[in-house]
Amino acid sequence: MDRQKIKTFLTLGLVLLSCLVLFWGEQYLGKFSTRVLNLAAIFVILGASMNLVLGFTGMFSLGHAGFMCVGAYVSAILTMSPESKEMIYFMEPIISPLDKIHWPVFPAILTAGLVAAFFGFLIGFPALRLRDDYLAIATLGFGEIIRIIVTNTISITNGSLGLKNIPPIKSLWVYWGFAIATIWILKQLINSSWGYAFKAIRDNEIAAEAMGIDIFKHKLMSFTIGAFFAGLAGALMGHLITSVDPTMFRFLFTFQILLIIVLGGLGSLTGSVIAGVLVTVMMEVLRFVEQPMNLFGLQIPGIPGMRMVIFALLLLVVILFYRQGLMGTREFNWDWVLDKVGVGRRKEKGVGVDG
Amino acid sequence: MTGEIFLQNLANGISLGSLYALIAIGYTMVYGILRLINFAHADLLMVAAYVAFYGILVFTLPWWLSFLIAIVVTAILGVSIEKVAYRPLRDAPRISVLISAIGVSFLLENLGIVAIGARPKSFPRPEDIVWNINIGDISFLSLTIIIPLITVILLVAVTYMVNKTKIGTAMRAVSRDFETASLMAVDVNKVVSATFVVGSSLAAVGGIMWSLQYPQIDPLMGVFPGLKCFIAAVMGGIGSIPGAMLGGFILGMGEVFLVAFMPELSGYRDAFAFVILIFILLFKPTGILGENVVEKV
Amino acid sequence: MANPWQNSILVTDNITMQFGGLKAVSNLALNIAPRQIVGLIGPNGAGKTTAFNMITGVYKPTSGKITFDGNDITGLRPNQITELGIARTFQNIRLFSSMSVLENVLLSKHVRLKATPLEAILGLPRYTRARKRHIEECMDLLEQVQLADVAHEKATSLPYGKQRRLEIARALATQPKMILLDEPAAGMNPQESLELMEFIARIREQFGLTVLMIEHHMEVVMGICEHIVVLDHGETIAQGTPTEIQNNQQVIEAYLGAVDESA
Repeated sequence: MDRQKIKTFLTLGLVLLSCLVLFWGEQYLGKFSTRVLNLAAIFVILGASMNLVLGFTGMFSLGHAGFMCVGAYVSAILTMSPESKEMIYFMEPIISPLDKIHWPVFPAILTAGLVAAFFGFLIGFPALRLRDDYLAIATLGFGEIIRIIVTNTISITNGSLGLKNIPPIKSLWVYWGFAIATIWILKQLINSSWGYAFKAIRDNEIAAEAMGIDIFKHKLMSFTIGAFFAGLAGALMGHLITSVDPTMFRFLFTFQILLIIVLGGLGSLTGSVIAGVLVTVMMEVLRFVEQPMNLFGLQIPGIPGMRMVIFALLLLVVILFYRQGLMGTREFNWDWVLDKVGVGRRKEKGVGVDG
Repeated sequence: MTGEIFLQNLANGISLGSLYALIAIGYTMVYGILRLINFAHADLLMVAAYVAFYGILVFTLPWWLSFLIAIVVTAILGVSIEKVAYRPLRDAPRISVLISAIGVSFLLENLGIVAIGARPKSFPRPEDIVWNINIGDISFLSLTIIIPLITVILLVAVTYMVNKTKIGTAMRAVSRDFETASLMAVDVNKVVSATFVVGSSLAAVGGIMWSLQYPQIDPLMGVFPGLKCFIAAVMGGIGSIPGAMLGGFILGMGEVFLVAFMPELSGYRDAFAFVILIFILLFKPTGILGENVVEKV
Repeated sequence: MANPWQNSILVTDNITMQFGGLKAVSNLALNIAPRQIVGLIGPNGAGKTTAFNMITGVYKPTSGKITFDGNDITGLRPNQITELGIARTFQNIRLFSSMSVLENVLLSKHVRLKATPLEAILGLPRYTRARKRHIEECMDLLEQVQLADVAHEKATSLPYGKQRRLEIARALATQPKMILLDEPAAGMNPQESLELMEFIARIREQFGLTVLMIEHHMEVVMGICEHIVVLDHGETIAQGTPTEIQNNQQVIEAYLGAVDESA
């Protein structure tokens, strides 16, 4: 059997296996585990999309939390029932026509992504003329501005009180469906001619421009796509924890995503997926260090903040000693697996036409 | 707006501006030499504030001794951060160093939370240096005068050091051309360390005075002043010490008067700095006093 | 017709580049005919690369006008100038370090793609067909420049001489009318330089190219250039055929003497 066929079968097998796992998880997993897995899916989306911007296009943007914030609010406002809006907006009533809108979740989540992408486009327009640390601080600034605006436009966002009673989504299928779709879309994009253009800009901006690539247009494109998925993830986050408020989207979020992509490898989607799940699970598992413990009759008080200390140290250790992270810029591919097992013969290696 | 209120705001603007300026100098010096936003600089403010806090309240040391210890501890910390987290990455892509800087900053903040707790503490105001001054109807704190005064003294000292001393000359050489300077037998590591000593000490002074002026300290207290002071440094022209001073004052005054003239915008106070930053970067990215640099192709 | 000189492909009308108080290039007037090979020489810091950077849009000239193939290209972005048909290589090799040889070359086809990103993501035929065709074209090109056997190697893992050749191949892949080579023979031994000369002459014939090159190796310059321009401190001190330049007293004093000593 030739390689291509084997690979197709393997891919189909993997899809089937994921479906079975999701089906099993949906049936038998407890509430807590499901929640953690759903959170992991959200962080996978966040990691992959920030990796597109930072790892593949080489733009040091720190505005991801801001775009999440936009997405979370858009989806929440669109899907909350008019009654709960009337109840929650008691400082100032919500403006018309938002008070009557009551959308189903799916179009709302997609709209959240689109609105975040629009913000990304608007912000990218001025900010992407900057590079490196200037871009970092400008995008960080924009992220903060978004948060400050959300805190102050009370008749739209309910200000610092935040929103509650957002229609919940509990199913693994939804979160992982979005995560898998995101990964697939980003993989296709990165292996396409556009993906190579992004990588060329990252590798050598001046040479890329001399090859005819419109740097600004491509940077803006990558940034806007990144913002779209951040918005999507923000929306999902809202439906997972059913409440949002502006303090949620502090820099802390961006830091966690940064940890994921550094740990997984700047420029590896596979790395972002692995590290996304890993970091989320660690975040939950490590909760014990912040809770009081009883060890052999010895009472140890919990230490709030300890998890973040561990994460900060982890980030530093990775960046100082294992700069490649788990995957470097490598990606999972069947050829590698098949070469290892020694099945089938490789026809020719080369640039994929369809990825 | 009456004359008294205007004067009151002016005084507030000057003291806030001085604080910004003092902290911005540290950013601008480090950036001038390493081309790096030292994200951890902001957290040095917090460290200095807590060392001083514990010195006075727990070890019951005289305030001046506590302040001195705080400055020394902060300077040592600043230099160590550079040695451990920035120096090994000097030849790495710039993104790596930035990530490392963010990591250090996050580590310090969360170590603060772990060791001290997230709850704000109130910083003691020694009576020797903080008292009320009444002139006519205007009443203000002695700090309104002390802070700008100390800022001016330190600014003059730093300017003298950079322009007139041997180490200052070396700093200027390194900031102009890192590699050439090292070829010219300048001990780059020593210069970088010296820069961190000066920058971190200024951050410590800034942190202590910040805590005297706004006597609520918590482990995240440095974050916003830090961001704003970096913006002040960019506004003035990064790498330029007078620029950092100018940027700090414009930002401090701007913030105070924005709130004074347009109280309905007070919720947006923290956004003001970022809006200014974005305008500066778009229209004069080299800042008010910055030099033009052309990238070599 | 915007071009006052008949039969010229590139005309720089007294272009000047000033950095602060320093005039890196002043009043450079080039007039290059199609399919000509022109050498731009001069001591270090004479402003040669700055001249390249003005022509390719990296810098906008402080004054003066650049006309290429009948179009005023002064102040256009580098990518726009590439699309109009000027390609270049760099003095310090600038290959895309994460990519293979083929991928480096393939990148130049990106601007010619008619498909949308959505078609690429969904793998629709308009994209995949174009992509396949581009890969074939690039493999052909690599064949012609004798790099086909290393097509799937990482570009930066090639030996130095091949990296230089790859940079030229990458520039050729943009289907230029004119190519600017910034010190193509730098770091090469006499044998390699000789091969390079043959290579440049060959691609000129094959692709109908106009060539403008900066070079320090005098054998290369004198060997293949039909016209030579000499810069010193940003000023054009001489122009003419290789023989004329070799006999020009000013050039000998300012430049050739110095080179002979160092060579």
